[in-house]
Amino acid sequence: MSIQSNRLSKEEYENNFSDIHPPFGFDETAVIEANRCFNCFDAPCTKLCPTTIDIPRFIRQIASGDIKGSARTIFSSNIMGTGCSKVCPVEKLCEGVCVYHFLKEKPVSIAKLQRFSTEKALREKWKLFDRKHGIGKKVAVVGAGPAGLSCAHALSMSGVDVTIFEKEKRPGGLMTYGIAGYKVTSGFCQDEIDYILSIGGIQIQLEKELENHFTLEQLRKNYDAVFLGIGLGMTRSLNIPGESLEGVIDAMTFIKQIRTLEHSQIAVGEKVAVIGMGMTAIDAATQAKRLGAREVTLVYRRSVREKPCTDTELKVALLDGCSILWLMSPKEILGENGKVKKLVCEKMILGEPDNSSRRAPVPMGETVTIDVDLIIKATGQVPYETLIRKSSVQDKDGKISINDMAMTTIPGIFAGGDAVSGGKEVVNAVQAGKNAAQAILAYLR
Amino acid sequence: MADIHSNFLGIKSPNPFWLSSGPPTDKKINVIRALEAGWGGVVWKTLGTQIKNVSSRYSSLHFNGRKIAGFNNIELISDRPLELNLLEIREVLRLFPDRAMVVSLMTDNNKESWHEVVKKTQDTGAHGIELNFSCPHGMVERSMGAAVGQDPEIARMVVEWVMEVAEIPVITKLTPNVHSVVPVGRAVVEAGSNGISLINTIQSVTGIDLDTLVPNPNVGGSSAFGGYCGPAVKPIALKFLTTLVQDEVTKSAPISGIGGITTWKDAVEFFLLGASNVQVCTAAMLNGFRIINDLCEGLGNWMDDKGYKTLDEIIGLSVPKMTKWEKLDINFHIVANINHDRCIHCGLCYITCEDTSHQSVEMEQSVPYNTYKIKEEECVGCNLCKIVCPINGCITMLERRKGDEYINWLEYQKRGLPLNDH
Ligand SMILES: Cc1cc2nc3c(=O)[nH]c(=O)nc-3n(C[C@H](O)[C@H](O)[C@H](O)COP(=O)(O)OP(=O)(O)OC[C@H]3O[C@@H](n4cnc5c(N)ncnc54)[C@H](O)[C@@H]3O)c2cc1C
Ligand SMILES: Cc1cc2nc3c(=O)[nH]c(=O)nc-3n(C[C@H](O)[C@H](O)[C@H](O)COP(=O)(O)O)c2cc1C
Repeated sequence: MSIQSNRLSKEEYENNFSDIHPPFGFDETAVIEANRCFNCFDAPCTKLCPTTIDIPRFIRQIASGDIKGSARTIFSSNIMGTGCSKVCPVEKLCEGVCVYHFLKEKPVSIAKLQRFSTEKALREKWKLFDRKHGIGKKVAVVGAGPAGLSCAHALSMSGVDVTIFEKEKRPGGLMTYGIAGYKVTSGFCQDEIDYILSIGGIQIQLEKELENHFTLEQLRKNYDAVFLGIGLGMTRSLNIPGESLEGVIDAMTFIKQIRTLEHSQIAVGEKVAVIGMGMTAIDAATQAKRLGAREVTLVYRRSVREKPCTDTELKVALLDGCSILWLMSPKEILGENGKVKKLVCEKMILGEPDNSSRRAPVPMGETVTIDVDLIIKATGQVPYETLIRKSSVQDKDGKISINDMAMTTIPGIFAGGDAVSGGKEVVNAVQAGKNAAQAILAYLR
Repeated sequence: MADIHSNFLGIKSPNPFWLSSGPPTDKKINVIRALEAGWGGVVWKTLGTQIKNVSSRYSSLHFNGRKIAGFNNIELISDRPLELNLLEIREVLRLFPDRAMVVSLMTDNNKESWHEVVKKTQDTGAHGIELNFSCPHGMVERSMGAAVGQDPEIARMVVEWVMEVAEIPVITKLTPNVHSVVPVGRAVVEAGSNGISLINTIQSVTGIDLDTLVPNPNVGGSSAFGGYCGPAVKPIALKFLTTLVQDEVTKSAPISGIGGITTWKDAVEFFLLGASNVQVCTAAMLNGFRIINDLCEGLGNWMDDKGYKTLDEIIGLSVPKMTKWEKLDINFHIVANINHDRCIHCGLCYITCEDTSHQSVEMEQSVPYNTYKIKEEECVGCNLCKIVCPINGCITMLERRKGDEYINWLEYQKRGLPLNDH
């Protein structure tokens, strides 16, 4: 057993990381699908979209042949509409409440239709929005993730000059470094960002890290307002013996490799355990499998009913051949020569509901030991608590506190996205950026 | 199984479905394929004066993602030599003696030409003649086709010429490009036409190519008004049909119903409004001859379900149910009712009633699904909600009479009863 790269052929890698939800192959089929839409009034799908895209309207525009209008409808609610069409867990959002469910039929393929219009816009570089004349205000945005980009776009459209400071080499946040490779590619993320930036008035400074290269105080001085969209940091530690052995890695690090290196360069184990059952855990497990790991086991301390991922995501992992240990909590990692060998898990039973109102797992006092050579920790990202405290904005367990105008406890400093919510979806971050932009504009007035 | 044999003016066919005069009946190859597939008979593509067609002849109306809601053409009558057609007609008659063979005719407006072409047609042994007074384009400019069918006196004259030599049943095919088909219908029946067929196509423009700005069909950069047919014209055809069946003069002539017939249900509707048989063109053009199976089986199955044994039993059954507006019962009142077990919460009933009817649907908003209720006291019973609801049986109309008595508008007015006050 060993951790190694280059496990598969080029074709296998390509196949494993190809688009999980391919687009329409023909314009005609998009139109046929668009015509399935009943054009609901006060539509359930729109209500469940965190960015409230007018879905019946954009679908009707596809049906009527106004693809440009359709793309504008989408982008005016969600400037990352293309990315969202690929990464949104639509089964629990728009498509999950499509009225076709009452008819026991497959919902309208909203995401696929959204992708149809917006990808065309990206490909053909349609200029759908005009920037207002400069209003002589400057805003700094920290973090070029979905929240920061959406905030920047909305501000710039209203005539604000925006500078984004991003610590990484590339913009996009988790879109670029986190989301599964079979949903979006780096090339796509760059195209989407270029499209967003084509409005003008937004300057991005890469490899500029808050606290490392500049302080919040400086930004306050030099700009009329600041938006913090810094997302979350690394994975929560397991706090069990053996965690520092070679072969225990953070899901964020593992996933970032997939989005930055050639697939053949990424090492995976023969027998991989992934701790957790959220979206990140599923992505880590399926991608480990797709990189050639022989056995991948997801280890989760609660039961299937409490899982944070959706059924659809779970199905992806199961179809990829991952196995699952429900009601098991990692207790100790055993090693040999400094390398991971075994994972000892404690069997759990469900007790009373905890403060997440899900039943809490309680140890049964029995253990199970499995052979592993790679352990991927995916038990949730932790906020940048130290950084946030240094900036002296108020927080709650490291999550930045904001009021209903998206403003932190320091006037002129706004925040949104995962850094505030503690981790949701791209679409929520986009909405948070939009909300903050509106609040900033009101503040600047 | 119900008997769907048909007898139209003594012309017998195993089923009441004939292919109407058009491309499907243009020549022997097509007609043989049709009869092999099971069609009851054909009306041979219009013969007479040989013409020349243009290329690029058809176009269609797209609707809600379906490519063909209506169809249009600028084709003329047969562009093949008369003698060749007549030869082929003889051959088909020999091969399929049990099928109806009617020949459509149109020629120059003089007695000699009509006499000549009628006689030549009879010589083939054909069972009937259809006079094409209805083609709306191309021929009209030469005072033929619809130009004849739009003028009762010309139509009467031509039928009289034809009847002077006709030895087989004569059907006159009327144009719908008139305000009413009754005047021409009366003229041709009075002149001796044995039967009537209708409708031919309706003048139309189906659309324009928004890149080139040339209307469809594009003939080298220009277009011309074409004849509209296919599913979209059925309602118009049914209306014209009914007016003839209700008229004291024309009701004596059997009618062959044409226009938009695509399924057996369409055909049943033509029978119920008084057609004795039906003809189909566009549906066959868009699907091939195999649709005859659905037409025959669907008709037979429906008749079996309803207990009808022969076609004669159903012809005209709905005619008495078509009355004049002023005879409708004003005390009849219905209100919409939503079956909440079937509701899919699409909100279409609400938005359409709110925007364009009588604000009779109440919405209770919630996430993700709103609930909708009918405000019975506001509802005028217009049916709009029921029509837009995607689910059959979700919205039904319940009877809530305004009074026991039948009272129509004339009586209502006479008694000075009150009008709405809001
Ligand atoms: C593995 C994984 C898979 C996911 N899959 C999906 C999915 O399929 N669909 C979906 O909708 N959501 C998914 N999510 C969630 C989604 O990625 C996030 O909710 C979203 O990206 C949050 O956007 P954000 O802008 O708030 O933060 P981020 O995307 O995290 O962006 C924050 C940005 O701030 C930068 N930054 C941080 N600190 C500093 C600093 N000090 N100075 C300057 N810049 C800084 C970061 O480098 C980053 O670019 C996934 C998340 C993970 C971890
Ligand atoms: C391409 C085409 C050519 C036609 N040619 C004739 C014709 O030569 N003579 C005629 O009487 N009717 C002609 N028609 C009219 C049809 O016979 C028929 O009356 C009309 O199309 C309505 O029926 P439908 O909706 O079933 O097609 C033609 C129709 C089409 C579509």
